[in-house]
Amino acid sequence: MRLEHVSKTFSNGTIALKDMSLTIGAGEFISLLGPSGCGKSTALRMLAGLGEPSSGKIVWPDPAEKSASDKSEGEIGFVFQEPTLMPWATVFKNVWLPLRLKGISQAAARPRVMEALEMVGLDKFADSYPRELSGGMKMRVSIARALVTRPRILLMDEPFAALDEITRQKLNDDLLRLWEQFGWTIVFVTHSVFESVYLSSRIVVMAARPGRVIDEIDVDAPHPRGIGFRTSQAYGDYCRRASESLLSAIGAADHL
Amino acid sequence: MTSIDQGPAAAHAAQETAHPEPALVPAPSMPVTERVLRVAIPLVMLAGLIGLWAWYVAAYNIPKYILPGPDLVLQSLIKDWPILGTALLVTLKITFAALGIALVGGVALAILLTSSKWVELALSPYMVILQVTPVVAIAPLILIYAPSTQSALLICAWIVAFFPVLSNTTQGLKSTDHNLLNLFELYGASRWQTMIHLKLPAALPYFLAGLRIAGGLALIAAVVAEFAAGSAGAGSGLAFRLLESQYRLNIPRLFAALILLCGTGVVIYGATSLISHLALRRWHESAIRREN
Ligand SMILES: Nc1ncnc2c1ncn2[C@@H]1O[C@H](COP(=O)(O)OP(=O)(O)OP(=O)(O)O)[C@@H](O)[C@H]1O
Ligand SMILES: [Mg+2]
Repeated sequence: MRLEHVSKTFSNGTIALKDMSLTIGAGEFISLLGPSGCGKSTALRMLAGLGEPSSGKIVWPDPAEKSASDKSEGEIGFVFQEPTLMPWATVFKNVWLPLRLKGISQAAARPRVMEALEMVGLDKFADSYPRELSGGMKMRVSIARALVTRPRILLMDEPFAALDEITRQKLNDDLLRLWEQFGWTIVFVTHSVFESVYLSSRIVVMAARPGRVIDEIDVDAPHPRGIGFRTSQAYGDYCRRASESLLSAIGAADHL
Repeated sequence: MTSIDQGPAAAHAAQETAHPEPALVPAPSMPVTERVLRVAIPLVMLAGLIGLWAWYVAAYNIPKYILPGPDLVLQSLIKDWPILGTALLVTLKITFAALGIALVGGVALAILLTSSKWVELALSPYMVILQVTPVVAIAPLILIYAPSTQSALLICAWIVAFFPVLSNTTQGLKSTDHNLLNLFELYGASRWQTMIHLKLPAALPYFLAGLRIAGGLALIAAVVAEFAAGSAGAGSGLAFRLLESQYRLNIPRLFAALILLCGTGVVIYGATSLISHLALRRWHESAIRREN
C-alpha cells in the first residue's frame, strides 16, 4: 500500500496534508505519531478509501494476490477515533454488523462475534446497549468490530487513547500477539511515544500545518516483545529518539 | 399512563386541543410514591376543576343554554350516545385513514427526497406550498374535485398530517452519523442495507416526533375540514353535530361532543407518546432515565 505525494485540502481551505508519501509493506506495523491536528486521521481515512485526495494517488495492493488459505472476510478493518457504535443496537449486534452486511446470519456469526468480544474482554456485555458502557468499553467494542472480519489490513485511529493503563497494556500485548499470529498489516495512529515504540516496526512522525511526514524511525527490536523490551536500554533509546522527533515536529509548526 | 394537563381545562375551550402540552412519560421503574403521585395529581386536579364548574353553575344559577353543569353534560352524553357515537366513528375513521396514509406517504417521500438532491430540489418547494396554504382555504376546491365529501375530508386531513411526518423523517434521514455512514461504506454495504440497518433506525426518533404531531393534527384537520365542507346528514362527523347543536341551542350536547373530541385527541396523543416511548426507551437520549 502506498501514498504517493498525497495532498488533501478541505473545502474550507484547511490544508490537512501536503505532499505526503508513505510506503506500507505487507506485514508491517506502522505507527503514525504526531501532534493533534496534523492530519493523522485524514491520512488514515484516505488509506481506507474514505475521501479522495486532492492531488497525488493511493495505490492499494492487488486483491488477486490474496492467498487461497486466507480466510479473511474483508480487506480492511477500521477503528475510528470515536467509538462510532449504533446506539439502537446491542453490543453483539454492533460487532456482528460487518459480517451481517456480508450476509452471514446471526447464528453463524455468533462464535466469531463472541470470540472477538472475548478478545477485548467484553463477552459478558454482549446484550448491553452502548449507552450502558463506559467510554473505554465502547472503544473496545469498536475494536472487536474491526477484528471480527479478520482483515488483512487493520487501520486504527487512537484506539487505546480512552483506556486505562492496565487495559491498554493488555490490549497492546494482545494486538502484538495477533499481529504476529496472523501477519496483518497494521497502521496505528497514536499520541503516545511509548506505545508507538513498543508496538511498531516503524514510526512515522508527522508535523502540522501543513500535515506532512518529517521523520521515520525503524524499530528493529525483535518479536515477541514483552516486559523485557519495555524495560530495556534499547526501548529507552527509541523513546528518546521519537520524543525528540516529535518535539521538532511541534517546533516546526511553531515557526510557521 | 400519560398525564395531560390540559385535559380538564379543554372542556371550556375547543382550540386548546390545537396546542397539546408535552406529555410526561414516566420511566418504568421509579419509587412507588412517585408513581402514585403521577396518577393522583392529574386526577385530583380534574376532579377539582369539575367540582368548581358544578359549584359555579349552581351558585350563580347559570341558565343551561349558556353553561350547563357537568351533570347535564354527562346526561346528554349518555342520552345522545347513538347520535354522537356514530358521528365520533366517522371522525375517527377519517382521522386514522388520513394518519395512516400520511405515515406511509411521508416516510416513502422522505426516502425519495433524501435519495437524490435533484428530486429534493424538484419536489420540496411544492411540499412547502402544500404546508403553508391553510387547509380551510383549499378545502372548497378539494370539495369540488374530490369524488365524494368523505374523500375530500380525507384529503384535507392527509395534507395537514403528512407534512410533519415528511419533514421530520427527512431531517432524521439526513442526520445520520457521518462516521457510521463511512463505516457502512467501508464494509461494502449496499444502498438498501445502509437504509435498513442505518438510516431508518437513526431516523426513528425524528419520525416518532413527527408521528406525535401528525396524530393530533389529523384529528384537528378532520374536524376543520368538516366545518369547511359544511357537510350534513346521517354520514356526518362530530363537527357537524357541534354546529347542529349550536343552531338548536342544545348546549349540553355541544359540550358532550366537545368532550368526546378532546378525549379522542388526548387518547391519540397518549397512544403516540406511548409508542414513541416504547420504541426508544432502550437507547435514545430522550427516553432513557438518567441515573446521574
Ligand atoms: N471535514 C473537515 N473539514 C475541514 N477541515 C477538516 C476536516 N477534517 C479535518 N479537518 C482539518 O484537517 C486537519 C487535520 O485533521 P485530522 O483529524 O486529520 O487531525 P489528527 O492528526 O487526527 O488530530 P487528532 O490527533 O487531534 O485526532 C485539522 O486542522 C482539521 O481542522
Ligand atoms: Mg485524529
